[in-house]
Amino acid sequence: MTDFVHPALLFILGAVAIPFLKETIRKAYLVLVPLLAFLAVLTIEPGSYGAAMFIGQEILIAKVDKLSILFATVFTIMALVGMVYALHLTRAGQHVAAFVYVGSALGVVFAGDYLTLYLFWEGMAFASAYLVFAQGSDKATRAAFRYLMVHVTGGVALLGGILLHGAATGSLLFGPIEGGPMEAGMGAGAYLILAGFLLNAAVPPLNAWLTDAYPEATVTGAVFMSAFTTKTAVYVLARAFPGTDILVWLGTVMALYGVVYAVLENDCRRLLAYHIVSQVGYMVAGVGIGTEMAVNGATSHAFAHILYKALLFMGAGAVIHVTGRRKLTELGGLYRTMPLTVALYMIGAFAISAFPFFSGFVTKSMVVAAAGQDHRALVMLALTMASSGTFLHTGLKLPYYMFFGTDRKLDAREPPRNMLVAMGMAAALCIAIGLFPGPLYTLLPYPVDFEPYTGAHVTESLGILMFTALGFVIFLKALDPENTISLDTDWFYRKGARGFMWLAEKPLARYEKAASDVSETAVLPFLHGSARAGLRLDLNGVDGVVNGVARSILTGGGVLRRLQTGVVTHYALAMIAGVIAAVVVFAVVWR
Amino acid sequence: MIARIVDFFGDEAHAIRRRRLFYLVLVLIVVADFLVPREHAEYLWERLPGWSAVYGFASCVILIFVSKFLGHQGGLMRREDYYD
Repeated sequence: MTDFVHPALLFILGAVAIPFLKETIRKAYLVLVPLLAFLAVLTIEPGSYGAAMFIGQEILIAKVDKLSILFATVFTIMALVGMVYALHLTRAGQHVAAFVYVGSALGVVFAGDYLTLYLFWEGMAFASAYLVFAQGSDKATRAAFRYLMVHVTGGVALLGGILLHGAATGSLLFGPIEGGPMEAGMGAGAYLILAGFLLNAAVPPLNAWLTDAYPEATVTGAVFMSAFTTKTAVYVLARAFPGTDILVWLGTVMALYGVVYAVLENDCRRLLAYHIVSQVGYMVAGVGIGTEMAVNGATSHAFAHILYKALLFMGAGAVIHVTGRRKLTELGGLYRTMPLTVALYMIGAFAISAFPFFSGFVTKSMVVAAAGQDHRALVMLALTMASSGTFLHTGLKLPYYMFFGTDRKLDAREPPRNMLVAMGMAAALCIAIGLFPGPLYTLLPYPVDFEPYTGAHVTESLGILMFTALGFVIFLKALDPENTISLDTDWFYRKGARGFMWLAEKPLARYEKAASDVSETAVLPFLHGSARAGLRLDLNGVDGVVNGVARSILTGGGVLRRLQTGVVTHYALAMIAGVIAAVVVFAVVWR
Repeated sequence: MIARIVDFFGDEAHAIRRRRLFYLVLVLIVVADFLVPREHAEYLWERLPGWSAVYGFASCVILIFVSKFLGHQGGLMRREDYYD
């Protein structure tokens, strides 16, 4: 216990100090903490730490094994890269949120029981929402509220699932959930847990929160968001649901879903966000296949993905930072003024497209090969098609319209040096992993029996990718970005909310007004009257008590009045709080 | 150096050389695909040299046109003020 430093604590406790530090010291501190956390992860020993009892349940703060170490390693590296990218920010808020976000993600990755997991899971949702709120615009605030609402709903599903599952199995320890859905061995609790996990993995139709909120986040915040939420979801899926057949199909659909939407997209970071959906599809499919090679593929792909996707978000973020524009229809011709950004972005693009000698090549192919080995020809073909689409958008369409294409004569320059350094760090890792996959392979949960660099595999990949480029060149006109937005599943709650607001504003508000009229005309005068009566009785000298009661009734009436704000969201929040409280009481008492 | 490489891909002046290089790469890839040894070819297409070139091109075309069809005819693409 003594030789174990929980990396999550370094970040979460470390966040407290950030607002009190100034200038250079703060910058050094922001880099130092992720470095320390990285060292802590490197020296961590597999085992169980922090076992305790809480409301009669076994709690295990940290369970360390190869799977959790792999994710913790890349999370701490990513925290370092993201922090360097954000060093130029002068206000502390986003740094604090990012620290809490990273810390919570690490907390999930090490959580040995469901209650610890749930706690950090919610921490992630709130901390990351701040990174969207911090953008400050009206649009971002709305998106952040939607983001928070979806995640709170997912969290409630997860909590409900945890309680049901705990009641059914008698243990809240986090581990593989026995019995796949096909054997009908999975209870309602397990399904709710799965739903909560799938929501955070952005599996369609539960994907819209991601593509809705990430492009609205701050330039630096989106880099963090691209890395942590979906990948912790991949981690928990790999931990609890390996070999669950439905995940194979969800993952495959997901890989293509993201690609199709990316064709339609005009906002550069939203296009990249749709490619998160697509790439996480490979991981979800890998977890679903569940063989040793498939889980290795899924987890190594998560590792590589975090770095190249962050690099892509950093590249697009640099463009937004410098030009203030985000739509492909308004960008173009930046290659003259931002050549370094172009080169670094392209390294990320080659990595995500799985070009030989870049990181995606040694990880994505493992998932595809595992699908082949498991005799899933259709999955293999669909995933290969999705890689063609990946290169088409992140490697060709986006850079073409952002950096080349029509020269819009934008006033641009390279971004601040810290941004370039962070991009350089991620780019170096993308190449290093591609050239020397060995160290990454030794980190994987199972022994690796896979050689990415065979002649046939290299020519096959190059064939897929370069002939995709041929298609791009020929049909360039058809791909011209259009000034539109695309409808996704967020339509249901964005339009649905409008219906709800109508209901709230018209019939409910009328009812509420009638109720408050009654309380104002009848109840309050009665309370005042009785209080006055109490004061009069006071003359007799039994007073102290009566006086107190009268006064409390008066103030109570005032509080009641203040509570009646008529703002529907307050009532909704109160109801949610009530539901959560009821669930907790239920859990404690009924246990 | 990096600026010059980026410039090669951007500047109109290099358009012809760029195009020639691109076609050369395409030819080389297909030729190489015919020459590489294939030991564990489990599926039919893995035994066909040049398959990946055909599949890559077809995937690209299918993705572009199916997506655009869904976007325009399927009603997925809307004006930017749709939600306002």
